[in-house]
Amino acid sequence: MADQPFPVETAGTMPREPYEGLHEETMVINMGPQHPSTHGVLRLVLELDGETVVDCRPVVGYLHTGIEKNAEWRSWQQGVAYVTRMDYLSPFHNEMAYCIAVERLLGIEVPERARVIRVMLSELNRVASHLVWLATTSLELGAISVMLYGFREREQILDILEMVTGLRMNHAYMRIGGLVMDLPDGAEDLIRAYLKQMPGRIREYENLLSSNPIWLERTRDVGYVSPDDLLALGATGPILRAAGVAYDVRTASPYGGYDTYDFDVPVREEGDCYARFEVRIGEMRESLRIVEQCLSRLEPGPVKIEDPKLRFPGDLKVGPDGIGNSEEYVKHIMEESMEALINHFKLVTQGFLVPPGEVYQPVESPRGELGYYVVSDGGTRPYRVRVRDPSFVNLQSLPLMVRGRLVADTVACIASVDPVMGGVDR
Amino acid sequence: MMEPAELAERLGAHFSDVQVARGEAAVIVQPEELHASLEYLRADSDIELDFLSDLSATDWPGSVPRFWLAYQLYSIRLGHRLRVKVGLTEEEARIATVTGLYPTADWLEREVFDFFGVVFDGHPDLRRILMPDDWEGHPLRKDYALGGTGTHYRGGAFIPPVDQRGM
Repeated sequence: MADQPFPVETAGTMPREPYEGLHEETMVINMGPQHPSTHGVLRLVLELDGETVVDCRPVVGYLHTGIEKNAEWRSWQQGVAYVTRMDYLSPFHNEMAYCIAVERLLGIEVPERARVIRVMLSELNRVASHLVWLATTSLELGAISVMLYGFREREQILDILEMVTGLRMNHAYMRIGGLVMDLPDGAEDLIRAYLKQMPGRIREYENLLSSNPIWLERTRDVGYVSPDDLLALGATGPILRAAGVAYDVRTASPYGGYDTYDFDVPVREEGDCYARFEVRIGEMRESLRIVEQCLSRLEPGPVKIEDPKLRFPGDLKVGPDGIGNSEEYVKHIMEESMEALINHFKLVTQGFLVPPGEVYQPVESPRGELGYYVVSDGGTRPYRVRVRDPSFVNLQSLPLMVRGRLVADTVACIASVDPVMGGVDR
Repeated sequence: MMEPAELAERLGAHFSDVQVARGEAAVIVQPEELHASLEYLRADSDIELDFLSDLSATDWPGSVPRFWLAYQLYSIRLGHRLRVKVGLTEEEARIATVTGLYPTADWLEREVFDFFGVVFDGHPDLRRILMPDDWEGHPLRKDYALGGTGTHYRGGAFIPPVDQRGM
């Protein structure tokens, strides 16, 4: 990173080196936005010389839903339900970053049990997200059995998350000041059983892929970008760590208690699609290690802060319908205490005030640095919720990966970036 | 890793407006000083802020300056963070691009242009990025209403802006 000016020019405008191909004419084709291998609605404008990619321009925005604008019109607590829908494969990381950012603005600390559960669910979420990556990537590169295995194990995590939160995705389980409710009975046993079987399953994926000649052919030396270029383009997460830079927000700027857990950051030097595969496999193992430590740290205790002016009201219990109010609490506010009803009503309809200020809270999502820049003007609604989504920034390095390579490699390269368009377009 | 207060103290010699709040250091610079400041922050071997994490904006209509840009910097080697803030007035909502220093600013500046209408002089490809090319207005400005645009749904349902729904 010492040389200046930068070795890379910006992704969209890099001057092309004269390409010595067979033909002088090139063809421009659209790959996407409706294409099964673009992971959603990513559109690539490819300039092709035969089968060779001469240039590539990503076009994004097809899934833009204005979540940042919407958040400005809802109370602070309601914001959780919006941000969890951005990067839909890592909802807990969005919730955690948003909640920690607002908690820092409020100057509050959540109870220890809530901190541990947050970390545990985030790491389970990371495993689930990497499993989706593994499954879709192997489908695109022709290893269909791994696709089935990946989704099978991911489904088990979703079962755990459904049991805990009531929903498979978009949980809105973390709240400012803690969690919406405690773990249900039996959740810990389910997670323990999962931890027991998973290492063997990961070995199975490796057995199926790491010496598979087709897999190696499709991923080795494909999509190489140098670490300097990746840093210049802002790429983070497994892409950057596969190129030899050990930048992981969990160790670089610890949050939520990550500095107290014992885990390693897998790093590879090669910087190609295969190295990204190895890094993600390694991260799944490390995440399971963290979940194990979380389980051993779980002590009974509150999962919400005590302050009644901030504490999320209500007492939710998962009922047969998935989620519901506890009858005791409803009885308390409806029949016993008018003050409790007023407090409930005020917090739910109006919300609480957050002191003016601004914070930038990065967390390590499965795709890299997920940053929340939250600004308050002292009101009951966020003044600005800006999300630095890793998929959005990482996509800028895609043109560097595919230039001069075959169209088929483009598929491997998109997959290795692992963009989630819900996060890219927000 | 340098603590924010320590970093702020070191930066105090070079910048007139350095702030530390909630465990984060920030410097405020004038628009014309931005480029030189970022160059200094990267080149100084004790600071070495070589990674642009994020670039975003906030809109404060009615106050001067109206737009605040926030550049979130990080040092890969030293591990500290710093926010560089620049205020832009409504009349002069433009600033020099930093894509030459941080190529990652390419899409980030396009997004700020798209949502706030801030122009980045010298940007190689300043087009809208998330909104459609023919969109009018800049949606994240505070005077841009939420909702109130036509839809293509069932003959064009129209839902009034959120502040006119009587909620």
